Amino acid sequence: MSCLQTIQDYGLRAIGIGERLLPKENITLCEQFTLIGSGMIWNVYYGVIALATGFILATVLAVAKGSNRRVFRKPAEWFIFLFRGSPLFIQFFFAYFLFLSLKGTHPFFGPFTAAWLGALIVLFFNTAAYSGEIFHGALRSIPKGDVEAADAYGMSGWPRFRRIVWPTMLRLAWPAYTNEAIFLFHATTLVYFSSFPAWRQKGDSLYYASYFADKTFNPFIPYPILAFYFILLTLVIIGFFGLINKRLNRHLPAERQSKLRGFPNILR
Amino acid sequence: MFSFCSAPDTLGTIGWFSCYLTTGVHFSFYISFFKVLLLLAITAPVALSFGFLGAMAARSHFAPLRWFGKTYIAIVRGIPDIAFFMFFVIALDQGFEWVRHKILCPDWDQPIRQGADFLVCTSAKLPLGSSPEWVHQGYGFFLAVITFSIVFGAFAANVLYGGMRAVPHPQLETAEAYGMSRRQTFWRVLVPQMWVYALPGLSNLWMVLIKATPLLFLLGVEDIVYWARELGGTKTSKFTAYPHGDWRMWYFLFLLVFYLGFTRISEIVLERLMVRLTRGQATTGGETQRKAGGAMS
Repeated sequence: MSCLQTIQDYGLRAIGIGERLLPKENITLCEQFTLIGSGMIWNVYYGVIALATGFILATVLAVAKGSNRRVFRKPAEWFIFLFRGSPLFIQFFFAYFLFLSLKGTHPFFGPFTAAWLGALIVLFFNTAAYSGEIFHGALRSIPKGDVEAADAYGMSGWPRFRRIVWPTMLRLAWPAYTNEAIFLFHATTLVYFSSFPAWRQKGDSLYYASYFADKTFNPFIPYPILAFYFILLTLVIIGFFGLINKRLNRHLPAERQSKLRGFPNILR
Repeated sequence: MFSFCSAPDTLGTIGWFSCYLTTGVHFSFYISFFKVLLLLAITAPVALSFGFLGAMAARSHFAPLRWFGKTYIAIVRGIPDIAFFMFFVIALDQGFEWVRHKILCPDWDQPIRQGADFLVCTSAKLPLGSSPEWVHQGYGFFLAVITFSIVFGAFAANVLYGGMRAVPHPQLETAEAYGMSRRQTFWRVLVPQMWVYALPGLSNLWMVLIKATPLLFLLGVEDIVYWARELGGTKTSKFTAYPHGDWRMWYFLFLLVFYLGFTRISEIVLERLMVRLTRGQATTGGETQRKAGGAMS
């Protein structure tokens, strides 16, 4: 079987298009590359959607955590503490079993026990909490002069937030947020190892990599392939976030612009 | 455990739970919490020393060593740590068996890799097929410790490398002016000063390490996640004196609370440590402390 044929058969296997049965013996390099790459569809799906939705919730959380009113501050603090203080792996397990028992009482929760929705919700909350904390830190370090200047121009409330505070917050938070995005994409590999079933063997890249490692009993091929894909993905994320960083910084003189370095330092 | 536990189905709620929570398997569950703590206690210092060596290598003037150090640091940044865990456990196991095979069975003529099989002679198997159960468990745990140390060593190397670079350069120049050799400058000036710059990163790393401990489950160790899944699953009266429905949700809620408590306590302790370490340091933190202290006295 030629490699082109393999790509046609397994290129979209992770979303259920193509050959039904996974290769079982005489596994070729091409099959490993294709299937693990096909699994990346799910990693990108979880990462992109969780990041996009989490961004909005994170902004709300950051503002709420910085609020003077207890009713806003306390829930945001607890939410962030809950999701940052416990392992994502345990959150996945807990959410899965929670949805499973809710499904027993109400059929509405049926789809939540599937990975595409249930795990996505956990990742959404998780990244919102982490980014919320990053944004909160940035909100507190906005230069006082910027806000005072906004006041002097007669801006307040929503326009001041929308035009002054929020862009500055993003600019300050961006390097750390880039890091968070990278780690979020890495975290998506946990989904299919935390009880969420890979229905009809539609799994993500790590699912297929460990499948091949099991079948061939040789970890030295599938995992480096997975590593290759992830390094590629990480570089794409850094490139994309670098472009946004450039835009956020474009009003500053060149020497004050903060550059995104290759692999940022801060850990999640 | 208690004398009244002989007929659990006749007991009231409190009695039933006091019996249920003290069964033998539950003690295995409680012991697995110590496995987590043991893993942390061993991994943290080992990973820190790996990190130190990695950071030293990355700063080396000998190019191949420097490349090795920088690659070690860079590679874990781009790849999910879970992939490393799953890779190293098999790879290390096969590596050990391969070495033992070469030493113990020199006259073996068949290839080790035969298609989808990895075949070594019987005496090279790890652990030996005849070993008792605890050796198998211990070996799995040992592999997990090495894997955790390699992965977190790379993170620590990154943090320590940053800490070494953050030490103000005039400090090193002064040491040179005093006629210290490179080695002396490193050990007497750079290393004592770098900790305060590395501590925020290391605290962060400790939190990440705590939150990575449930991954032991993926490495095949019977850890808290394993037992929570085992014990929480639906039990019928056929197999146990304590039948119950699917309680896995509650078991994982308990784990969630355990981790929340653990990270919270660590956070408080690390904050105190930071306050102590910044005392008298020429950093903004130390300066703030000095001013605050001055205002009070």
